[in-house]
Amino acid sequence: MAPLSAGVAPAAGTVTFDLAETTVRALNSELHSPSATCYQVLHPQGAHALAAGVHAPLTVDVRGHAGYYCAGMNDGAAITVHGNVGTGVAENMMSGVVRVRGDASQSAGATGHGGLLVIEGSASMRCGISMKGIDIVVGGDIGPMSAFMAQAGRLVVCGDAGDGLGDSIYEARVYVRGVVGGLGADCVEKELGPEHVAELAELLTAAGLEPTGAYAPARFRRYGSARRLYHFATHNSTAY
Amino acid sequence: MTELRPDPASLGLRESHTFDRATIAGIQRAAATGVYDIRGGGAKRRLPHFDDLLFLGASMSRYPLEGYRERCDTDVVLGDRNARFPLHLAIPVTIAGMSFGALSAPAKEALGRGASEVGTSTTTGDGGMTPEERGQSKHLVYQYLPSRYGMNPADLRKADAIEVVLGQGAKPGGGGMLLGQKISARVAAMRTLPAGIDQRSACRHPDWTGPDDLAIKILELREITDWEKPVYVKVGASRTYYDVKLAVASGADVVVVDGMQGGTAATQDVFIEHVGIPTLAAIPQAVQALRELGLHRKVQLIVSGGIRTGADVAKAMALGADAVAIGTAALVALGDNDPRHAGEYAALGSAAGFYDDYQDGRDPAGITTQDPELAARLDPVEGGRRLANYLRVLTMEAQTIARACGKSHLRNLEPEDLVALTIEAAAMARVPLAGTSWIPGQPASL
Repeated sequence: MAPLSAGVAPAAGTVTFDLAETTVRALNSELHSPSATCYQVLHPQGAHALAAGVHAPLTVDVRGHAGYYCAGMNDGAAITVHGNVGTGVAENMMSGVVRVRGDASQSAGATGHGGLLVIEGSASMRCGISMKGIDIVVGGDIGPMSAFMAQAGRLVVCGDAGDGLGDSIYEARVYVRGVVGGLGADCVEKELGPEHVAELAELLTAAGLEPTGAYAPARFRRYGSARRLYHFATHNSTAY
Repeated sequence: MTELRPDPASLGLRESHTFDRATIAGIQRAAATGVYDIRGGGAKRRLPHFDDLLFLGASMSRYPLEGYRERCDTDVVLGDRNARFPLHLAIPVTIAGMSFGALSAPAKEALGRGASEVGTSTTTGDGGMTPEERGQSKHLVYQYLPSRYGMNPADLRKADAIEVVLGQGAKPGGGGMLLGQKISARVAAMRTLPAGIDQRSACRHPDWTGPDDLAIKILELREITDWEKPVYVKVGASRTYYDVKLAVASGADVVVVDGMQGGTAATQDVFIEHVGIPTLAAIPQAVQALRELGLHRKVQLIVSGGIRTGADVAKAMALGADAVAIGTAALVALGDNDPRHAGEYAALGSAAGFYDDYQDGRDPAGITTQDPELAARLDPVEGGRRLANYLRVLTMEAQTIARACGKSHLRNLEPEDLVALTIEAAAMARVPLAGTSWIPGQPASL
């Protein structure tokens, strides 16, 4: 994907919050009762809970690195971080789009119910853990134990995936272009059918990637649940 | 004509304490089925408990308050350390978290009705918030659990407080499993999972791993809700002293400590009976931790696990709790284990007073079920009335004891009002053995 940059100039009417001069509390308070539709955040300096709990169709550009839970529980906003993010970016997102121009730490998109999370760089371990409907597209690699107990939604990985991918996965679908370090309990490779090629192309396009050539859906492999652990049974005791 | 069978003991037969009849039946069941026993409820074994404590009523050295006449207040404020809108409850007896899924919708509604009628709070559970529950609950605490089933920010904003759940007394260190027979279409939709499958509730939160992370998580929850709502942290009683200190360090406004008598909807019997510590042992640890931090009564302590009577309420508060929470007792008040269902309990292989198969979803009382016909048996209005009655009785009983101890508010009860009947209880509760000044483990005093 495109190299990390400070992003383009803000649109006219954009409200600026410079966190060198004001607080995260002031920022979030404004975003929860917005007086504008476009915001940019300067000097985030790794602050936590940036743009958390936004529930309006706003555009927010965070120009720098963010800490934990950036865009947490986002519901409808388009939030872009022009930098790296800490743990739990877009955790429990309901709707909207969160884009990370750099890398993401652990638990990116954890428990998300909806919306699209795009990580242009790589994501650390537990990416998409317990996801419940969110779509996640990662330009680089993801760490181990990703998509653990993933219930619903799609996780697309353009690079490699770490060990234990999709452990105890339910109905989420995982697509990986690179090497999978290992599959977790009850996660298996599945056939890539035409409907999967179509949804993969749609997801890549939504993330800003042309689904041809290096990103052609045919270069990905699909993983999902074998559904063997959906009912507790003692004969599965060694599988848990 | 009923056949009279001789008492085995009269025949010289002697039952083993080690291999008693319940143990033998358990081994036989395990051998026959290959499955361990899963059940609801809390620890059934005999444990040091509030029954092992007594109050020292006033006489010459203490001055009592007039029963039925002089005021003994009962209200409690929870979460005033950071929240703009702390909870102000009329009584210090709250309803513990129990999920829609584990309980029927009418049962959740009844809990809300009963609690609201007497001015106290009820709590959601795994699976999210139902409109019935929110609609009927004046004060609703929203549990934030590892599974995050049904978790959404709109409901978070509707809540009056947030309870971050790390564990519960029946199974500290364990997650949960809602078995497929209770996963109706509605429950499945709320949890974003297929209907009919066994639903595992994780034992760890997915996006934080320790107290330092939890502090940031609590910060996020405060930011999302604009610092309006108190944030509780709930732990199952085990290493309570350390857990309470870490919970407070993480930013908890209220700490909830659930002893091993606290119930669950479904867990392995071996877990319920063998993991965790009794409520009685946990309270003094929690209070010590808060006192050492200089935050006793500033960070409120809610205690649950085996609260049945106003005496239990008073004893928990005398040991230092600000409030208590009830779960199992609330279900009994609604009609759980009612003898009028004796025939149906028998058909399920159980009996009134013994029924604990909450996981099966076939509860004749219509409480721990998702079967529409069974659930319809519970009238939420009548259930709410019964619960309100019970809560009033708990409160009046606690007031009766407090007045006898000369206290004009339940919160004024103190350890000095208590003695223990057993050495174990004295050691755990850190109050003297009755008739002595001896607290095991502490230097003797007059």
